[in-house]
Amino acid sequence: MLEAILVMALGAVVLGAALGYAAVRFRVEGDPLVEKIDAILPQTQCGQCGFPGCKPYAQAIAKGEAEINQCPPGGDEGIHKLADLLGREFKSLSAEHGIEKPKSVAVIDEQSCIGCTLCIQACPVDAIVGAAKQMHTIVAPLCTGCELCLPPCPVDCISMQPLDESVETWKWKYPVFKINPAQQEEA
Amino acid sequence: MTALQRLFKFHGGVKPAYNKEASTGLPIAVAPTPTLLVIPLHQSIGGMPRPLVTAGERVLKGQRIGGADGNVSSAVHASTSGTVIAVEMRLMPHTSGLSALCVVIEPDGRDEWIQRQPFDFRSATPTQTRDYLRDAGVVGLGGAVFPTYLKLNPGKQGKLDTLVLNGAECEPFITCDDVLMRERAETILKGVAIMREMLRAGQVLIGIEDNKPEAIAAMEIAAQAANRAAGDSAIKVVSVPTRYPAGGAKQLIRVLTGIEVPHGKRSTDYGVQCFNVGTAHAIYEAIALGQPLISRIVTVAGNVGLARNYDALIGTPMRDLVALCGPLPDSDRVIMGGPMMGLLMPADSVPVVKATNCVLVGSKQLFPPPPPEMPCIRCGECAKACPAELQPFEMYWFSRAKIFGKAQEYNLFDCIECGCCAYVCPSHIPLVDYYRFAKSEIWARELEKEAADVARERYEFRLLREEREKQEKAAKLAAKTAAGREKAAAALAVVEKPATTPEEDAKKALIAAALERAKAQKELVHPGNVSDLTPEQQAEVAAIEARRAEIREMAKPHLRQDD
Ligand code: SF4
Ligand code: SF4
Ligand code: SF4
Ligand code: SF4
Repeated sequence: MLEAILVMALGAVVLGAALGYAAVRFRVEGDPLVEKIDAILPQTQCGQCGFPGCKPYAQAIAKGEAEINQCPPGGDEGIHKLADLLGREFKSLSAEHGIEKPKSVAVIDEQSCIGCTLCIQACPVDAIVGAAKQMHTIVAPLCTGCELCLPPCPVDCISMQPLDESVETWKWKYPVFKINPAQQEEA
Repeated sequence: MTALQRLFKFHGGVKPAYNKEASTGLPIAVAPTPTLLVIPLHQSIGGMPRPLVTAGERVLKGQRIGGADGNVSSAVHASTSGTVIAVEMRLMPHTSGLSALCVVIEPDGRDEWIQRQPFDFRSATPTQTRDYLRDAGVVGLGGAVFPTYLKLNPGKQGKLDTLVLNGAECEPFITCDDVLMRERAETILKGVAIMREMLRAGQVLIGIEDNKPEAIAAMEIAAQAANRAAGDSAIKVVSVPTRYPAGGAKQLIRVLTGIEVPHGKRSTDYGVQCFNVGTAHAIYEAIALGQPLISRIVTVAGNVGLARNYDALIGTPMRDLVALCGPLPDSDRVIMGGPMMGLLMPADSVPVVKATNCVLVGSKQLFPPPPPEMPCIRCGECAKACPAELQPFEMYWFSRAKIFGKAQEYNLFDCIECGCCAYVCPSHIPLVDYYRFAKSEIWARELEKEAADVARERYEFRLLREEREKQEKAAKLAAKTAAGREKAAAALAVVEKPATTPEEDAKKALIAAALERAKAQKELVHPGNVSDLTPEQQAEVAAIEARRAEIREMAKPHLRQDD
């Protein structure tokens, strides 16, 4: 009997020490919940959620001050992920915050650009290059498609262009919906 | 010699109907130059080459038209001489039916080569040789089109134990490597000699499935000659049992050397590197003849009257090759590759590319539509057949449910898409379609995540920068007022006025200092046109001043009203 108690006690001490060590060794810096939420948000930084960026929205969700369905670029998939993470009910995207659009990038019509630098100041990710009175251009791979540069442009020379599917970005479709040419004819 | 080699077995595999005899009856024929060549710029794994020519330019056969871009990329060349008529988007030999940038060349029929010069790789550094092969556009011709120069690196040890040459060619219908070995064994072995020197490889094992006795015999003779020339016996031709997919790189390495390359490791970590026989031939042509990769052997088989292998220029429309073989009237599709791993082409007009080992013509009769998919009964047949030793039914389950993380945990990315699992599945589940779907979804997510991480970083940096700018501005302002305050304090000390409260004092002093500055400035800017005046001018000025005073007087009541 005594032996059994000793063994159990020893086990408890050893495991406790291991857990204590792990808690110190693997401590997560910052607020882990905000980080986790922020990792799900698409980082478009468009402000459509009603917050000045993805991180502030993540903080608001973590504090319970915002709903999980306010981010249009994240779409339904993002809401599902947030719902899973937070154990909340799925809600479809709130219409007042906008609609999910295909991913686009901004394009400056370089002929009309007057070099006012207003769009540079608006871009949250510094995806626009140019200098005063010089033509501006957008570094497409960096553009998140947030559309924040559209309103400030005094000559309306920025437009959003949806990203085309290319051979590199093409995805195999879900097999259930695949239509074989042969089967199609039979049907 | 072949009997001496001890062989190992790989897990799983299947024995589909091979259908190879039809296309091996005739020797390789050179396919005629088409009326229009469409050469896609992106023909290898890695970065897309940048176009080096523009419409209207005349090009020679073998001239570089696309330059390698980035660390992983490979050049492309004009397959014959002629005029570039466009650099534009054209339909790709890809299931998606999407277009990509191609160089369209109208051949002039003269087939005029560029200046061809052998490359002296012995006096070049390994890096120079690799750069040369990159610019000669040599890529793996087994179908994966991985740039060869990247594989011709002996790695950390500076040498390789075993160089494996893959002549197994296990996929049904395809015989391009078979006929190449039969007809060009000698040049393949010359290529092997170059590779062996570059990789400082100990032994060379050439694996060929035992259903190709002619190829084995031809390679045997060439290997013996090569061994005699080198004075050793490093090169061995090994006949391996016919079982699909013996031609998978991992599977062939396993069969020949017994080495099991585990998940996440590369074969070079175990001193082995594997190349296709066609690649060895292309290396020989590039180095010894100075000819870049502009053509390849393509098997045309399936639903055709006369299946055959053609030496076709890269950029030849598949339709032209099919026409040479007399397609049967009920043909309804073109597949690039074989029936197990091949890709359905969006149209027969797509060009032959470096990855095109076979143009397989299909019909409903030859490849009947699969019976409807039934639920998985977890019979485990697929796991027994899987050469990568995976659990296909688990991967299927999670891919189907779109739980991609779990699918990845079951090593989805070790799947070589060989199709053995789908071949044996009694429920006729198109398993590979599910894996392809899951893989491309995971890749897309990975890319999205990378882009999001970049955006987050840049956004945070911008916030940081704005914060820093604000602070800098504030600091500058503070410095200015501090300097002003000091001056004011000094003035205060001079005037020695009785202080009320220190703050008020400072303020007063500040105002005083500002006034003083203004005064000093006023004195400094003295209107230049009022000095050195003649008496008349002075009188005039006085008159004007008087008028001004008058006006001021007149304006006074109005001003007051305004107040
Ligand atoms: S709505 Fe825009 S800013 Fe808000 S979380 Fe979504 S992407 Fe970020
Ligand atoms: S370029 Fe315009 S749309 Fe693109 S990230 Fe910057 S502000 Fe947003
Ligand atoms: S062979 Fe088909 S039915 Fe059997 S376990 Fe695999 S997927 Fe399921
Ligand atoms: S397709 Fe993938 S899962 Fe199926 S047998 Fe081949 S390697 Fe295994």
